[in-house]
Amino acid sequence: MKLTLKIWRQAGPEKSGSFETHELDGVSEDSSFLEMLDQLNEQLLADGKEPIAFDHDCREGICGTCSLTINGHPHGPENSTTSCQLHMRKFKDGETLTIEPFRARAFPLVRDLVVDRSAFDRITQAGGYITVRTGSAPDGNAIPIPKPDSDSAMDAAACIGCGACVASCKNASAMLFTAAKAGHLNMLPQGQAEKDKRTLDMVSAMDDAGFGNCRNYGECSAACPKDISLDFIAKLNRDHAKANLKKLLS
Amino acid sequence: MNLDSKTPDGPLAEKWDNHRFSSKLVNPANKRKYRIIVVGSGLAGGAAAATLGELGYNVDCFCYQDSPRRAHSIAAQGGINAAKNYQNDGDSIHRLFYDTIKGGDFRSREANVHRLAQVSANIIDQCVAQGVPFAREYGGLLANRSFGGAQVSRTFYARGQTGQQLLLGAYSALSRQIAAGQVTMHTRHEMLDIVSVDGHAKGIITRNLVTGEVDPWTADAVLLCTGGYGNAYYLSTNATGCNVTATYRAYMRGAGFANPCYTQIHPTCIPVSGDHQSKLTLMSESLRNDGRVWVPKDAADCSKYPTDIPEGERDYYLERKYPSFGNLAPRDISSRSAKEACDEGRGVGPGGRGVYLDFSDAISRLGESAIRERYGNLFQMYERITGENGYKRPMRIYPAIHYTMGGLWVDYNLMSTIPGCFVLGEANFSDHGANRLGASALMQGLSDGYFVIPYTIGNYLASAGAGAISPDGPEVKEVLDSVKQRVDQLVSPKGKRSSRSYHKELGQIMWEYAGMARNESGLKKAIGEIQELRDDFSKNLLVSGSGKTLNAELERAGRTRDFIDFGELLCRDALERNESCGGHFREEHQTEDGEAMRDDENFAHAAVWEYKGEGKTPDRHTEDLSFENVELAVRSYK
Repeated sequence: MKLTLKIWRQAGPEKSGSFETHELDGVSEDSSFLEMLDQLNEQLLADGKEPIAFDHDCREGICGTCSLTINGHPHGPENSTTSCQLHMRKFKDGETLTIEPFRARAFPLVRDLVVDRSAFDRITQAGGYITVRTGSAPDGNAIPIPKPDSDSAMDAAACIGCGACVASCKNASAMLFTAAKAGHLNMLPQGQAEKDKRTLDMVSAMDDAGFGNCRNYGECSAACPKDISLDFIAKLNRDHAKANLKKLLS
Repeated sequence: MNLDSKTPDGPLAEKWDNHRFSSKLVNPANKRKYRIIVVGSGLAGGAAAATLGELGYNVDCFCYQDSPRRAHSIAAQGGINAAKNYQNDGDSIHRLFYDTIKGGDFRSREANVHRLAQVSANIIDQCVAQGVPFAREYGGLLANRSFGGAQVSRTFYARGQTGQQLLLGAYSALSRQIAAGQVTMHTRHEMLDIVSVDGHAKGIITRNLVTGEVDPWTADAVLLCTGGYGNAYYLSTNATGCNVTATYRAYMRGAGFANPCYTQIHPTCIPVSGDHQSKLTLMSESLRNDGRVWVPKDAADCSKYPTDIPEGERDYYLERKYPSFGNLAPRDISSRSAKEACDEGRGVGPGGRGVYLDFSDAISRLGESAIRERYGNLFQMYERITGENGYKRPMRIYPAIHYTMGGLWVDYNLMSTIPGCFVLGEANFSDHGANRLGASALMQGLSDGYFVIPYTIGNYLASAGAGAISPDGPEVKEVLDSVKQRVDQLVSPKGKRSSRSYHKELGQIMWEYAGMARNESGLKKAIGEIQELRDDFSKNLLVSGSGKTLNAELERAGRTRDFIDFGELLCRDALERNESCGGHFREEHQTEDGEAMRDDENFAHAAVWEYKGEGKTPDRHTEDLSFENVELAVRSYK
């Protein structure tokens, strides 16, 4: 395959950025999108130019490190797929591809296609845990959890924290991420003790990090490589309202 | 080199309890006076950092990823073993212990493995309490599945992403400690060296991968939880960032490296499709619960469409050769059998390097939806990568490098030969012998991090030799300067070859001569070729940009440099271990029907390598393994 690649270049957060165009020939249809970028980087290096910085690690769709907006879609046009699992057979020979970083105010740019998503870590630190001392846990089967409840918690827990939800939202809201993280724990019996505090604290941390408000556009769920459902946003809104009300009444 | 394992006295089942009682304690008020460095934030590192922080120690945790949640433990799919016996099928601590010792082909330390089996049950309890959404039965209790190398169902799982869920559990505990100020997290930092004073580990040197700053950090103890070295083969199931640098640098500073030749080749990976490939993708071995492995009986049938080959013309070779374990034979045996079939010309797919994994029987027995429920995400992943539908035609699989059992030598307390430097998880050599059973890596990482190190580190801290030093001291400065010099050296030569091309070439040498089957002349040849590659690397390497910014080329160059040196060590170890055992198969030592033949008389030991300086041959020491509770037997799965 032969491709024309329009790629965002930016030397650092304070520098101005722009698109750079590169031609790449001899791309295998069986290669992944990131392997195609590896090939381009080898070519740039051989031409005495600086390779393009992009984030990647596991390359099997689970670590959530890769973060490319391809032709306007976070993780590209294929549903339920991260950039690293997107294969070139999904594109046409001769096509022009536009590659940008995940853009959001709360994800400051580091270099080229690399952004800083530590805001997600701060949301988790605010309450995305169950307080349990190592070694103090009761037997794993002490509390039976109905399978449907456990399955719903698992659906939420499948979030890989990549940030595609934020990048796809025109408000750059992190509601889907926060809803998945809080929802996973709020749905389990173990998570009930801290449920209200968790919900309020995680939402505050999300707001403090500079993410926008949720308007229920639903782009986030469509862009999510793990198909996290919008239902979790509704649940977070309910949990948040209940926690607020309880706080007011107490 | 002092290789005293410090295994406690007493009967096997009481050793750990006795040891915990006799270990010194650090009083709660004194814990805050200690600082501990944890390198790596996977299951071992994340669990250790969280637990030590919770105990009151001050912890600095480092990872090269942009978030501790992304460490490669996340990619484990299948599950985690625990001797809970929830299935009432005859499991027990002793059985998990025995299966693990046997699975490791009698090349691991009894006391460590028994402790692992003992704490396995606590791990499940801990993870459930953290909210890990393990699979459940309709009654609400935890579900189990079977895994290779065991005849009981003891594997707990969370769909096909057990690793991610367990890591998120550890990460949530870690996040709680970060918020509490007990742990300071340093992301996008790579450890490049270790500092010791009077023989005790006192700190590390890191490079900030964003700014390029090279900084010293000091503490009372250092924990290396930096994973395995599978990427020495270039193509492996590891994440692209996984590397040997931390453990190799510790080796260069005096930590013994044990059994580097023990590498695990995973039987169910997606075959290589071409030269562009940057990594290989594993599909959980749990697939072998319902999938049947076969190749055509006749090499002439290999190019036919698989469903056109009639039942009688197929060779279900695992079921034929190992009737009692069948498709659940351990990883090393399954991998080697696939290689044999392909070497005979009966492989399928591009290049003839693949075998079929066929679900048609399970689908007709249970229905497609049941299979989708169990393995849906794996079938999806397979289709994404190959463009083929695994429900309609058998998948093609081939073995790939997956896990490394070798690692830094540690005693029963998980301390390396450098006092104060502890090694946890895949980075150490301790529990899996010459072959790891499926679903045991997660168990070991969490066992080391949650339940072992919190006890054993106290014993070290409370004894002589502990005590932090100033980061401005002369010992620190010397190491710091050498790291800076090394970084500058990598950036300065303007040769013609990229670090990736060197890494690829190294991988080809390793796979060819130190892969699934090894022999004396091949290993000798490999050592020569690696030495030539190193010479070329020092002359012809091309790294663009500078050391002062985010520079992936520079990172890869540094890691590749260490992989080259390490690759030579691995081959040397494989050459000296003149027997076959577990994942180490020496062609000179096999039975008539191609099974591995151990040599217990001469090799019932761990081989521990001591660095002697650049260009010098390292010394090989041994720790004898004594088996008091199990009988050394020929490992049979027939």
